[in-house]
Amino acid sequence: MSLENTIILSIMTPLIGSIFILLTGKWPNLRETVTLVTSISMFLVVGSLTHSIMEGERPTITLLEFFPGLNITFTVEPLGMLFGLIASGLWIINSIYSIGYMRSHHEKNQTRFYFFFAISLASAAGVAFAGNMLTLFICYEVLTLCTFPLVTHSGKPEAIKSGRIYLGILLGTSIGLQLLAIIWTWNSAGTLDFKQGGIFDNKLTGVTISILLFLYMYGIGKAALMPIHRWLPAAMVAPTPVSALLHAVAVVKAGVFTVLKVIIYIFGVDTLAGFTEDNWLMYVSGFTLITASCIALTKDNLKARLAYSTISQLAYIVLGASLANGIGIMGGGMHIAMHAFGKITLFFCAGAIMVASHKTEISEMDGLGRIMPFTYTAFLIGSLSVIGLPPLGGSWSKWYLMLSSVEAGYIVFTAIFMVSSLLNIAYLMPIIGRGLFASPKQNPQSKEEHIKNSNFWMGLNFGVVREAPPLCLLAMFFSSLGCIALFFYADVIFRLLAPVAGLN
Amino acid sequence: MFEFLTPHQAILIVVIPLLASPICLIVRHSGIAWLIALVASWISFAIAINLLNQVTTVGPISYLLGNWPAPWGIEYKVDTLSAFVLLFISGISSITLIFARKSVYFEIAEDRIYLFYTMFLLAFAGLLGITITGDAFNLFVFLEISSLSSYVLISLGSSRNALTAAYRYLILGTVGATFYVIGVGLLYQMTGTLNIADLADRMPELSDTKTVLISLGFITVGIGLKLGLFPLHVWLPNAYAYAPSVVTAFLAATATKVAVYVLLRVYFTIFGYQIFNKLVIDELLLVLGLIAVISMSIVAIFQTNIKKLLAYSSVAQVGYMVIGISAVTVTGLTSTILHLFNHALIKGGLFLALAAIFLRIKSVKIDDMAGLGKLMPFTMAAFLMSGLSLIGVPLTVGFISKWYLILATLEKGWWPVAIIVLIGSLLSIVYVWKVIEIAYFRPVPDKSSKIKEAPLSMLIPIWILVTANYYFGIATDYTISSALSAAKELMGVAL
Repeated sequence: MSLENTIILSIMTPLIGSIFILLTGKWPNLRETVTLVTSISMFLVVGSLTHSIMEGERPTITLLEFFPGLNITFTVEPLGMLFGLIASGLWIINSIYSIGYMRSHHEKNQTRFYFFFAISLASAAGVAFAGNMLTLFICYEVLTLCTFPLVTHSGKPEAIKSGRIYLGILLGTSIGLQLLAIIWTWNSAGTLDFKQGGIFDNKLTGVTISILLFLYMYGIGKAALMPIHRWLPAAMVAPTPVSALLHAVAVVKAGVFTVLKVIIYIFGVDTLAGFTEDNWLMYVSGFTLITASCIALTKDNLKARLAYSTISQLAYIVLGASLANGIGIMGGGMHIAMHAFGKITLFFCAGAIMVASHKTEISEMDGLGRIMPFTYTAFLIGSLSVIGLPPLGGSWSKWYLMLSSVEAGYIVFTAIFMVSSLLNIAYLMPIIGRGLFASPKQNPQSKEEHIKNSNFWMGLNFGVVREAPPLCLLAMFFSSLGCIALFFYADVIFRLLAPVAGLN
Repeated sequence: MFEFLTPHQAILIVVIPLLASPICLIVRHSGIAWLIALVASWISFAIAINLLNQVTTVGPISYLLGNWPAPWGIEYKVDTLSAFVLLFISGISSITLIFARKSVYFEIAEDRIYLFYTMFLLAFAGLLGITITGDAFNLFVFLEISSLSSYVLISLGSSRNALTAAYRYLILGTVGATFYVIGVGLLYQMTGTLNIADLADRMPELSDTKTVLISLGFITVGIGLKLGLFPLHVWLPNAYAYAPSVVTAFLAATATKVAVYVLLRVYFTIFGYQIFNKLVIDELLLVLGLIAVISMSIVAIFQTNIKKLLAYSSVAQVGYMVIGISAVTVTGLTSTILHLFNHALIKGGLFLALAAIFLRIKSVKIDDMAGLGKLMPFTMAAFLMSGLSLIGVPLTVGFISKWYLILATLEKGWWPVAIIVLIGSLLSIVYVWKVIEIAYFRPVPDKSSKIKEAPLSMLIPIWILVTANYYFGIATDYTISSALSAAKELMGVAL
């Protein structure tokens, strides 16, 4: 099959899968098999593109003319390739996890859950492979809408309230600001195609660039720059697999991915570097980076803490992009991958803790590490990767980001990166410390009952150990393995992204 | 076998529903009356499709009534704009009529149903006539035909409020029509002609006279009343809210659109866009449009009757169309013409879905919609999907018109206008989502647990419109090229 059709197939695979999920909704085992098969085939389809992209090919397919002179186009370039691979690859792991989690958590409406999950993945692939800003915007909006039912899955009042915040911020910023920015771009540049070096050809002055950049950066609500970050903690009411894949990987990464795309291909890195005095974006993202980390310190709810951590880590990527040099782009791009694996592991652990011991607050988790050793090991690996310590993937991206701030001549941001890494340690390590070394506040009395009610697939029990469902553990195993593997194979990502960052 | 009728298409499209109407009156049987109306409407629809094809390939069609040469006789004229408007009026009417049978049977006493179809056909013929005629006075005649019959249609509503709503519309509608005819009278006094093309020829040399400018003022106010231009919209919310559901859907999707069409015709064909240099109506329209968008969207948010909510939203949407006109550019007019079509699909879908809901829960109050997402999944999904189109989410028609409108304002450098337009769509998120949340997240109340999904004869027309919302939102070529060439014709730009 030609590369062009492969692009379409990679978007169609989850869509077709979603139909089968609906059809097989009455038979859970079959339905979950369909989900798994779909995710694996999507990954294989996306993966089959990798080799050609590394060779320098840029397959492009135009579906139709949307407005005169403006098409719906899909194309694969290195950054999109990376995002596509991460989203589809982690979907497999996440599906394994979902099966364990959703069943032992007795969630309702699981067919709807898997259905919208598949559609979300299709739109994430659409974002990844969008060939121009219009196509990207369309997929971006579809992604917002089809994740809404996942966020409000439980249908409880707090879920509805969060759903309102989620939709209000994401739809509001994208229609109110991003759309305006896109139409403005179209009106002044006459094209919306992604082009290395930007499309404005010095048509814009410094102030205009500043305003347009503002419209884009705050129009891309998914990147969660402060103060439009509120949707991300709000979205944590969703079932944990949703938080894990969508709000650590697909949705937020679609946001920062769009940020990178806009900076690299719409403005052009050099254009942005040319007006460093007015580059407010660095300061905003630097501020978000530190502040979100500080807020994370104050959160007792584990998922909320991880959510603020995500906000902070997203700001790393935006900061890297706004430093406007090749190394920053490389660091930002890599961090999409590194953070995805690290954070999804952490979310898996949070969900596992919730399923196995029904705990959501960190202060209740004293001594839990001895009861859930596997989960805590995975949590440790994920944490170290998010902090950025070798031998885990996160160390590379943080290395490049810091290097880029030095290269750009902003030592202040080097300091910010370092302080933030310390803050990461401060909000992640105590969780492990308390789990392993603090003694539990009350003896678990419900133990007998718990064992009686569960079977092997609903949770592992032996001795003092009461672990999460085996499928959850399997998923955590894969994702933490990924964190380690990324340390040793980071050069693959480097080689993939080098042409975009201009580093070859 | 009907080839001999082909040259007469332009008159047949109006005459067929016009003649079918009294036949409905004679047969006095509800079922047969419905069938006659349906067939007449579909024939008109078929002719409209044919006309648009012909216009885009061959060019404008002129038809002389009774072979009296223009400007003495009445001329019917079809150009891209009128063919486009004819197409969606007859299309919406045909789809609404499929839907109407069950809905009308439920809402109107059986011995009056044949009267309903009589009036429906009259209103339909009137709207088509307004669109196709090339004569300013003949336009007034059709305006009155459609208006009078719509007063009757509204008064058929099941609640007694329908009578006062219809009466209010009658008063204001008559004022509007009178203003229009006064304006046309002044033009006749100055030029001695009523033929639109002829008027257009003579206008440039007269456009400095006070009389002509005053006539423009009269016509603007008169048509402004018909189209529900803020602040002349006061009749509209009640008329929409208390009319029978099918009538609301039909009028909301077509009547105000035809009024916008008349405005375009008068401004750009008769007077020519240069007139705005002499009289700053464009700025007036801009300001009124902006106020309409913001204020009416806010009012819509606070409605508890969903029919009224959508009615206020319609007034806001008219604001968008008027803003497009006020730009006086090809892009601006394209956005207006696109939005005529797109908004017809959006509101048609929404009001029909609402009519199906009314059939089942006998209410259009927002609180009674609790749990409908489960009880009437297909109807509510249609409502949701049309609502997304109203917001202007990509892949819907609403997005297309919004794109063009914002592009038009940016071309003019009107930053604040672009921002207000976007704020308007953010407000529409609020009022659409208000309904969605209640329908999907409130638990099903006990009393309504026996509610069934709407019948298939309703779901099919609803979903035709919903599908059209997405089809024309994705395959945009047909509508955009039609609207663009219509806008170019109006602005006198070479195609």
